[in-house]
Amino acid sequence: MTPHPTLEDTADSILDHRLHWRWAAPVLALLLVFPLIASALGMDFYVSLASRILIFALAATSLNLILGFGGMVSFGHAAFVGLGAYAVAIFMQAGIVNAWLAWPLAMLVSAGFALVIGAISLRTQGVYFIMITLAFAQMLFYLVTSLKVYGGDDGLSMAGRSILGFGLDLANERVFYYVTLSIVVLALVAVARLLNARFGHVLQAIHENEVRMTAIGFPVFRYKLVAFTLAGALAGLAGALLANLGGFVSPALMQWSQSGMLMIMVILGGVGYLYGGVMGAVFFLLLEELLTHFTIHWQLGLGAVLLLVVLVAPNGLASLIKLRRRT
Amino acid sequence: MLQYSSRFMRNTLIASAALLALSAHAQSTVKVGLLSTLSGPGAGLGVDIRDGFQLAVKLAGGKLGGQTAEVIVADDQASPDVGRQTADRLVKRDKVDFMTGVVFSNVMLAVGAPTFQSQTYYISANAGPSQYAGEQCNPFFFSASWQNDNLHEAAGQVVAEKGYKRVAVIAPNYPAGKDAITGFKRFYKGEIASEALPALNQLNFGTEIAQLRATKPDAVYIFLPGGMGINFIKQFVGAGLAKDMTLFGPGFSGDEDVIKAVGEPMLGMFNTTQWAHDLDNAANKKFVAEFEKEYGRLPTLYAAQGYDTALLIDSAVRDTKGQLTDKTAVRKALMAAKFNSVRGEFKFNKNQFPIQNYYLRMVSKDAKGRVTNRLLGGAVLKSHSDAYASSCKMPG
Amino acid sequence: MNAILVLEQALNGLQFGLMLFLLAAGLTLVFGIMDMINLAHGSLYMVGAYLIATLTDALGNFWLGLGFGILGAALFGVLLEVSILRRLYQRDHLSQVLGTFAIMLMCNETVRLIWGAQPISLNPPPALAGPVELFPGFSYSSYGLFIIGVGLLVAGLLYLLITRTRVGMQVRAGAANREMALAMGVNVRNLFTAVFGVGAALCGIAGGMLGPVLAVQVGMGESILILAFVVIVIGGIGSVRGAFLGALIVGVIDTAGRALIPMLFAMLMSPEAVANAAPAVASIMIYVLMATVLFFRPRGLFPAHG
Repeated sequence: MTPHPTLEDTADSILDHRLHWRWAAPVLALLLVFPLIASALGMDFYVSLASRILIFALAATSLNLILGFGGMVSFGHAAFVGLGAYAVAIFMQAGIVNAWLAWPLAMLVSAGFALVIGAISLRTQGVYFIMITLAFAQMLFYLVTSLKVYGGDDGLSMAGRSILGFGLDLANERVFYYVTLSIVVLALVAVARLLNARFGHVLQAIHENEVRMTAIGFPVFRYKLVAFTLAGALAGLAGALLANLGGFVSPALMQWSQSGMLMIMVILGGVGYLYGGVMGAVFFLLLEELLTHFTIHWQLGLGAVLLLVVLVAPNGLASLIKLRRRT
Repeated sequence: MLQYSSRFMRNTLIASAALLALSAHAQSTVKVGLLSTLSGPGAGLGVDIRDGFQLAVKLAGGKLGGQTAEVIVADDQASPDVGRQTADRLVKRDKVDFMTGVVFSNVMLAVGAPTFQSQTYYISANAGPSQYAGEQCNPFFFSASWQNDNLHEAAGQVVAEKGYKRVAVIAPNYPAGKDAITGFKRFYKGEIASEALPALNQLNFGTEIAQLRATKPDAVYIFLPGGMGINFIKQFVGAGLAKDMTLFGPGFSGDEDVIKAVGEPMLGMFNTTQWAHDLDNAANKKFVAEFEKEYGRLPTLYAAQGYDTALLIDSAVRDTKGQLTDKTAVRKALMAAKFNSVRGEFKFNKNQFPIQNYYLRMVSKDAKGRVTNRLLGGAVLKSHSDAYASSCKMPG
Repeated sequence: MNAILVLEQALNGLQFGLMLFLLAAGLTLVFGIMDMINLAHGSLYMVGAYLIATLTDALGNFWLGLGFGILGAALFGVLLEVSILRRLYQRDHLSQVLGTFAIMLMCNETVRLIWGAQPISLNPPPALAGPVELFPGFSYSSYGLFIIGVGLLVAGLLYLLITRTRVGMQVRAGAANREMALAMGVNVRNLFTAVFGVGAALCGIAGGMLGPVLAVQVGMGESILILAFVVIVIGGIGSVRGAFLGALIVGVIDTAGRALIPMLFAMLMSPEAVANAAPAVASIMIYVLMATVLFFRPRGLFPAHG
């Protein structure tokens, strides 16, 4: 009986996604040093922008998990981000300020909703799945808008940021940045491990050919539901961080256009590439920030660039850098 | 692979250098962040505030209080979310000395927090939420316009005096809409036939019109700013209800922007205001003449508010001789309000909201045959403050 | 009084439903025949409305503005198809989402560049500005009746086009089974361009009809696009008949919901609570409807595919 293969001695299969430390490490080093550079240049404002980009990178990665690797095109993912954000804001209003309590609870809330919505939606396929996830997201959006006790349409302000303890004051932009960076790095490592494990392989195989996997005997629905729920949980975490960053939550976070934007980021970065979500979020938001400086009509430039990417890089930006060979 | 990351780095550095160059500015400049609604149904209001403000700056030779003025205009898209992020950027990245311009109170309440936290003075050219007049009053908030309830209080007074018995009330479902209904009911004590709160920037009033048709009030009080008002009045007239019910509104619902879009069907509509283009004082005459010359249209009360805000900031900068870092001195200068307001008398209450007169206007044809507002008689409410001042516990 | 209310809401619902149909018809054909998700469909509606408003202003006549505006919208649609969208047919849905999203951004911004960020006004012709007394005690806006008339006329013409003409037959064949239609020798390129052009024209008509009722502003397409997608899912993708019936159902239920639910709630809660809860419930209803339809009839009510 052959011993169970470990991660190290498996050959690089097409289902594996390596973290590519060779170039990921320099980027990480740059990110670690970034706040110091920004301070030196007198551009402290950009540290919070960087935090924002990191948070969206996390949200996009969570969507990539189900969209890119699982083939589940969810048009309602922003709802889970929004739910996480609202959870933190509502808990804060109720007196729960401790991050170690509020943030996992926010993830749990999002995961809970994802579980229920997934259980119903995953019974459909293709465009119908897209529409049903959209429908649920819209229902949640209107529900939150109607809750005037939590600000409704006008949103809810938070008294401050969550409390982390250990002498880490999240109100300090730099501290917040490093905390966010650590969380995003941990999440990426976790997602990579998940994708390279049996669960990830099964998920990707289901994406390739669901009928075959069902025939072989895998509980396909269960795998998809677990993936959907996990993605929801990660999105909730991103939402919790987003709420802390802005100190303000509003139903606008959950609009279908926000879901669309997350999808765009994933597609842009490269569907099915580990760093697809990250690259898409970074590229999209940096481009937006850069263009706003030059013209008020930045959306024109943004649209043009996106169109160019679609026509020139069919598989997203990550495919331009041959990070992974696809057969 | 390394090619990508170095290309990325290079681009980032170039961008950073460019941004640094852009953000450097001369020392003796006054920077004002004008964050207003420049798109969507409420755009007309924001554009007017901006135009009024910039006219004042232009007439002063591009200066405020003797210093070169840099006005950074931004669009909040009537969204509290966008407003808050843009305000954050204006106070943190562009480091403006004053903030102004917000039209809608829901955006205002979101913009307030980051602005006050950064100790930047906000001079409101429109929104005057009851929260900032009372319990949540803040030394960094000044209203150069009014408190939300005020114009509606005056209207309630008018409707009561004219003897209407059953009034339907329509206002958008957001903080200022609720303030409107509260203010109206404070002075009108008769029967409220129905109360509707359509969503902000809703444009299709089929439901509300059906409700009016069913309840048959003798007057309808509408607080529907900008595009909302235009659409409602058109649909109201189109449904044939205008002959049975008299239309009342605050100045917002009956100003030049709505008149221009609706025209003759609006003749006879009453509206209350703190300013009218035919108010008889020197500052106003100059303002109206210059505005018409510059922009080719008559100003609305939003434009007048924008203009007055600029004059107020001008007086504060002049009085503090440009030493804007001394926040206490700036506050004292703002409180003094030593400027010639286009509405005549102007002074601040202790909660930093105005004490002023409110008048009645009627939409009629002027000597040139244009459909416009005509000021009727004396003030409806004289030297009127707001109902929330007593709950404001302002430091110092 | 109650009968009048019901009648008024029925007419409002019919009006809204017919306009939704105009938007949904183009969308369902593009999706059904070209298998393309087109997020830029709302932009065609917006461009149509802007063109009609501008031409009406320039020519001083609503009817001329409407006519030429619709032609302009169709032309714009054809240009868009020939230049960019044609390249997206072969791509997967996700690329189409990205590409058409990009086009939507560009359209929004270009319109803003040309016409400014403020909404522009489009007024109904003087002949249709006033009310019409349908029977003593009930007047309805004449423009609303006009919209209903136009909607029914276009629906009728579209029906004739699809069922009685050769082109229509090719469209139906393409919607039912694309590969087979291609194999049978349908000139794909021209058919696709024609379908897109007609869809754009329909959007233009809807823009011209709704412009005076709502507002002609940047982003006006996005809010109605979602409802159009809901309509085609309920009706069945690729089926114009499904789009028609789906649109009527959505239009009537949405309108009735917005009118009746506040009245129902008003009996139970304060006006402020009604104002918060009622619009949310009314909006959610449509999505609940869609989810229910998908549960029982996963392919929609009148699917095109056999």
